[in-house]
Amino acid sequence: MEEALVRAVLFGTPILLASLGALLAERGGVVNLGVEGIMALSALAAFAAAMAGGVGLGVLAGVGTGAVLGAFLGLFAVSLRANQFVAGLALAALGLGASGLLGKRYEGVPLPNPLPEEGLALLALALAALLHLLLYRTRFGLYLRSVGENPRAADLFGVSVDGVRHLALFLGGGLMGLAGAYLSLAYRPSWTDGMTAGLGWVAIALVILAAWQPLRAVLGAYLFGLLFFLQFRLQGSVPIPSEAFAAMPYLLVILVLALSGRTRAPKALGIPFERGR
Amino acid sequence: MRLELDPNPTPAKILGLYALFLGLALLLLGGVFLAYGVSPLRAYALLLSPLGDTLGLAEVARRTIPLLLIGAGLSLAFRVGFFNIGAEGQLLLGAVGAAYVALFLPPGPWTLPLMFLLGGALGALWVGLAAWLRVRFGASEILTTLMQNYLAYYLVVYLVAGPWKGQFVFGFLYTDRFPQEAQLPRLGDTLVHWPTLLLGVGAALLLQVLLFRTPLGFAWRILGENPAAARYLGLKGGRLLLVAALVSGFLAGLAGVGEVAGIHLRLLEPAQISLGYGFTAILAAWLARGRPLLVLLTAPLLGVILAGGDALKLSLSMPFRVVDVVAGLFLLALIGAEALSRHRLIWRR
Repeated sequence: MEEALVRAVLFGTPILLASLGALLAERGGVVNLGVEGIMALSALAAFAAAMAGGVGLGVLAGVGTGAVLGAFLGLFAVSLRANQFVAGLALAALGLGASGLLGKRYEGVPLPNPLPEEGLALLALALAALLHLLLYRTRFGLYLRSVGENPRAADLFGVSVDGVRHLALFLGGGLMGLAGAYLSLAYRPSWTDGMTAGLGWVAIALVILAAWQPLRAVLGAYLFGLLFFLQFRLQGSVPIPSEAFAAMPYLLVILVLALSGRTRAPKALGIPFERGR
Repeated sequence: MRLELDPNPTPAKILGLYALFLGLALLLLGGVFLAYGVSPLRAYALLLSPLGDTLGLAEVARRTIPLLLIGAGLSLAFRVGFFNIGAEGQLLLGAVGAAYVALFLPPGPWTLPLMFLLGGALGALWVGLAAWLRVRFGASEILTTLMQNYLAYYLVVYLVAGPWKGQFVFGFLYTDRFPQEAQLPRLGDTLVHWPTLLLGVGAALLLQVLLFRTPLGFAWRILGENPAAARYLGLKGGRLLLVAALVSGFLAGLAGVGEVAGIHLRLLEPAQISLGYGFTAILAAWLARGRPLLVLLTAPLLGVILAGGDALKLSLSMPFRVVDVVAGLFLLALIGAEALSRHRLIWRR
């Protein structure tokens, strides 16, 4: 029982981190569908840097890569006011493709000195609390929420809508990068093509399930973690084909979406801001 | 510096921006090639090499077939406001339907038509689920259709490794070969299964007429442009959306039938049935800007990229993922250029 809970937390951690990153951007009104690609590429960057200069450098590289990719999406989704959904999907494909291409030489190499999972799990929990405080107790949080709900009003009050959204995507990308680094430096710890295994999509669905609240995301992530643990535990001991277990996270996402389809999202979510329109 | 809306961009500006963004995408792609350790110029040459000879052109044509079918359906779905990202999964379901008819029903002259019917129907059913969830529960079809891709993937893996695994294939993960009656004719020695190609051309023409020359198409266009106006007019938005979604799923299913009945002649691992046609077709549809007829141009264009990716894989043993990189970069370039062409850059505050 105790082991189940620990594993649930450890497996829920990358989902939680990525989900916090997506949540941060969505509270500002920007959908980031690139999570899967951002995680994949950051996991690779973290692993490559850790092989070259230790895990500390690896974490930095993962977070940095994620933040840069978040900013890259901001270039399209915020500055150019392009379709956020298409831009995010393109980024997901780009990240998955580039990581598969560039990571070929690291395939199957074990990391000599991995990071302890528990430390990062605690960090993720702290970050969730921090994000909650940031959203509801700071001036930036107020700006962020107002930009996500009513960018026109925020703009009239002198808040830089684009500036806040850029920052949210940048910081959110960093959190997704940390999720990627956790996978390749602590959870596995190694790099294989497709190692994100749909966790990025689960993270996006979790934002909806958590009704855009960081603290609820914690519970949701650990719930997903528990389900994944049960999946591993049951695999082999019940007469269900392994493909059905592999398909489970994706089925879960669909179920979550169906069950929470009409929860209230930030009002300006997914809509590019045009001044004077 | 800031952006202002530009309602009437000049054609020169639009063309210039597209050229600029495609150039930037090529530059970034070159960077990825360099990081992989290949000279970018050599890689570009290989990417375009299929255009150089008839064998290469046949490869392009073969890749064009699924892109055409799926792209035509997606251009309709996008126009109506249904963002079907799951064509890949619908294609796989079509392949499953085709394989069922080919392997388990008595062969005869009815086999091929039945394969197309069942394959298309399964593709439509698959997207129908997402459309229903959207209409009934408000679940985002972008995520549900995407998730269904993974489900379809594992369904096919399960079938070819489990109950449908061939009796004469030993260690390989595929079904037995389809009987003669379940194989599509091809052009000469190439892999161009022309009946599916004709279906694709026909679908693009038909959807163009349907969308721009019929009351149904008019209702679809209103719904896509302005859902609120559609509501005031008393249009049944949910039903219209569902029909458009089903059409796109049906066509993606047909594409899946074409792949297994025209090229592989058996059901095999999903990654081998489709080289990401579902995703690449999104580009074809996006480029066509909601005009099914234009897919006749954009599908071959992307066929070149897929055939080129194959050439890169064969000559440099590069992972086929390179196609995802190319597609992702081009998609970003396209939407970037499109977005910027709708705006004016103002340099002073």
